[in-house]
Amino acid sequence: MTTKMVRILFPLAALALLVLIPLGQGNYIIYVMTSWLMFSIAAMGLNLTLGYAGQISLAQASFMGIGAYITALLTLAGYHWVVGWVAAMGACFGIGLLLGYPALRVQHHFLAFVTLAFNTLVFLVLRNEEWLTGGNHGLVGMPRPSFFGISTGKNLEFYYFVLILFVISAAVFYWIVNSPWGRAFKALRENPVRAESLGVDTRRITLLAFAIGSAFGGGAGAIMSPLVQFIEPGSFALVHSLKILLMVVVGGAGLFYGPMLGAAVVILLPEFLRFTEGYYLMIYAALVIVLMVYSPTGLIGLGTKLWQQIRPQSEVRKDMSKGAQL
Amino acid sequence: MSEFIQLIVSGLSTGSIYALAAVGFTLLWQASQTINFAQGEFVMVPAFFVLVLTVKMGLPVWLAMPLAVILAVLILGALFKRLIVEPMFRHGTIPLVIATIALGILLKEMVKEFYSPLGQPFPSLFPQTVLKIGNASISVPDIANLIIAMGTIFALQLFLSGTRTGRSMQATAQNPDVAQILGVDIKRMVLYTFLINGALAAIASILITPIYLAKFSNGETLGLVAFIAAIVGGFNQIRGALVGGLLLGVIDNLSAAYFSSEYRQALPMLLLIVIILVRPQGLLGTAEGRTV
Amino acid sequence: MSDTVLSVRNISKSFGGIHAVNDVSFDVGKGEVLGLIGPNGSGKSTLFNCVLGQLPADAGEVQIHGQRVGQMRASRLNKLGVGRTFQQLSVFPQMSVLDNIILAGQEHHGSMASRLFGPSDAGLTAEADRMIQFFKLEHLRDEMAGSLSYGQQKLVDAAMAFMAGPSLVLLDEPAGGVNLTMLANLKDRLETYNREHGTTFVVIEHNMEFVMTLCTRIIVLAEGAIIAEGTPDEIRSNQQVIDAYLGG
Repeated sequence: MTTKMVRILFPLAALALLVLIPLGQGNYIIYVMTSWLMFSIAAMGLNLTLGYAGQISLAQASFMGIGAYITALLTLAGYHWVVGWVAAMGACFGIGLLLGYPALRVQHHFLAFVTLAFNTLVFLVLRNEEWLTGGNHGLVGMPRPSFFGISTGKNLEFYYFVLILFVISAAVFYWIVNSPWGRAFKALRENPVRAESLGVDTRRITLLAFAIGSAFGGGAGAIMSPLVQFIEPGSFALVHSLKILLMVVVGGAGLFYGPMLGAAVVILLPEFLRFTEGYYLMIYAALVIVLMVYSPTGLIGLGTKLWQQIRPQSEVRKDMSKGAQL
Repeated sequence: MSEFIQLIVSGLSTGSIYALAAVGFTLLWQASQTINFAQGEFVMVPAFFVLVLTVKMGLPVWLAMPLAVILAVLILGALFKRLIVEPMFRHGTIPLVIATIALGILLKEMVKEFYSPLGQPFPSLFPQTVLKIGNASISVPDIANLIIAMGTIFALQLFLSGTRTGRSMQATAQNPDVAQILGVDIKRMVLYTFLINGALAAIASILITPIYLAKFSNGETLGLVAFIAAIVGGFNQIRGALVGGLLLGVIDNLSAAYFSSEYRQALPMLLLIVIILVRPQGLLGTAEGRTV
Repeated sequence: MSDTVLSVRNISKSFGGIHAVNDVSFDVGKGEVLGLIGPNGSGKSTLFNCVLGQLPADAGEVQIHGQRVGQMRASRLNKLGVGRTFQQLSVFPQMSVLDNIILAGQEHHGSMASRLFGPSDAGLTAEADRMIQFFKLEHLRDEMAGSLSYGQQKLVDAAMAFMAGPSLVLLDEPAGGVNLTMLANLKDRLETYNREHGTTFVVIEHNMEFVMTLCTRIIVLAEGAIIAEGTPDEIRSNQQVIDAYLGG
């Protein structure tokens, strides 16, 4: 009963905080929070592909890029942002489906390399096809949308707009991972041969894991265009895919709140380490290594581990109750 | 025609250096299922060992270079294994992937902060003279690099197949359980592999750095090329990594000359994707050992 | 004919000149419990894999309910009503026992779309609970399958094989590594299930006691060919079988 209440109350409380915190804050803090929400959506997608379905992808930033450029080109051509958003997610779904095909043939690290190569290819196309993408100069001046006369032009307004998109994305994500599809994704991760023998069409599920995860990436990219109002290929290079991967793993892959926590850490930690000036990336990298050595399940895993050490009594009781039933 | 020959020779030369990094990469994978995403940085760093020893400490180059190799063996070999790979062994692939990515960033940033963010001139072992063979002009460092890199790989192959230790290492890589039953000290063999990788990276570093400048970001492309070479050639053997490295060196040179320079970087990627889809065991690889 | 669930016709399979399975044919009828035994290397596993389409047979064909299966994908075979267990443990360790068992049934209910938009348990909780009860796993229902004992995981594995209501279940060494108490329990459950549902079983097993008491008919393989076939009592007294096991 109590866990059920926590499960409902926690997101509501978190949502209330997300609504209240930015009030009265400066533009910079609001920008950082908006950016966190955006990356959380991208990381959610990768969490589906990697954390739930077990298919490693190092190309999530390229899907953000595809989404951002599609949205930018459409909104600059005068279409409403929603058109760009839908087109971005649709295109990324389709391309993600294609990227999933190698996953049917190769696994793990080979898949990591194929997706890594894909990310580099997308980067090169964005950089070299100047007629479409503006090359290294990128695209500028994407308008922020308005809905039924309500503008999202100011930073706080835009923040609430992204918060709404974030809540929608999180709800959709929650729905998917708790549906029978979610169960099939997990089965694919845990034991694909057994899953296939139980009637799960693992080929289809693998492709879907890539396609849906990529569509979330595209959705995040569609937010980036009007948020930064300037996009260039460098924002979608391989290192950003690694950054999103880091968000998923640092937070806790395969856990609902993992990527959100991870995105917060990956985006906010550099801000906290700012006083260390040039050393921040170093400290950051060292912290990641230490975390991976001590808790490969990420921060949530680390938290659970610590929690169990603080409260050993309840553990014992659970064991005893199990023993009594045996 | 003479230009073509020049391109091929210099392509083989850089390719053989790629092969050094790729072979090390393959060895680590075979012995311990470690995918070292910091391999490029492992090739970048030893050049700075040399620079610290010569520029900062005033040692002569002939002494600094072997010392740099020893440092690489200790730090990039033994220490890497002890501090990062060993504690994460049982956690599976992905945490280790993340940790080596972070290690790459750490190494890069350390060089940038503690040495210099700018490219540094690096001493070449060989005179920058050019030989005229027919119409083709072939540079002496190219030839020398090719000979040293190929010689190193050949010596490694001899060691692996011709000595007791080398054969034990191979047995460990192929089937650790059987090797253990046969009385092979598996832990020691895996350690040797890490040491050899350190040495290979250092040699590659000393050979390739004079071509560019010594810079903290050198590892980015090198690492990628090493992966691709290893996979294209065939992940489970040294010959594969060698062929992959040479092939990439030549392709890179030819594409820069005859193909769009904008998409030059794309060719190895396309090659990688095609190989993985069409022949996932690599050009020379065998299907076995792929299913891990 | 309509009673024949599985029909194996002239299956041969060789590896590099060695005949692992040589021209083997047999039929299994509805409700039968067929044991497939033989010394190590007799071709049991190869035959099993050919029947399941995991290995392409060199010659011959396999029919299930009169339909040729050839190299059908495992998920399609499963939809035809073929359940199986594996030699090694094959549960989904990071999922609860309930989720393991629901998964085993969900692909047989509704469409892809209804599995996304419909209820999260695909409407199978009640049925899964009945299956959990049948295998006496109630107290473990919400535990992670990976935290269970070996024998308990074997029970979950069997429950998964039955969840979709198959007409034919292939059991690959179900008794391997299971302790005696658990083994009696497992056998009792298999027998009960067979009696209640008329499901056909094909069992590969090393444990003679287990096979002899569970199966209604036994086929003995040696060097890739059938050397004897009959009831457990007939097999026990068959001189050729004794020779194959002792003389081999």
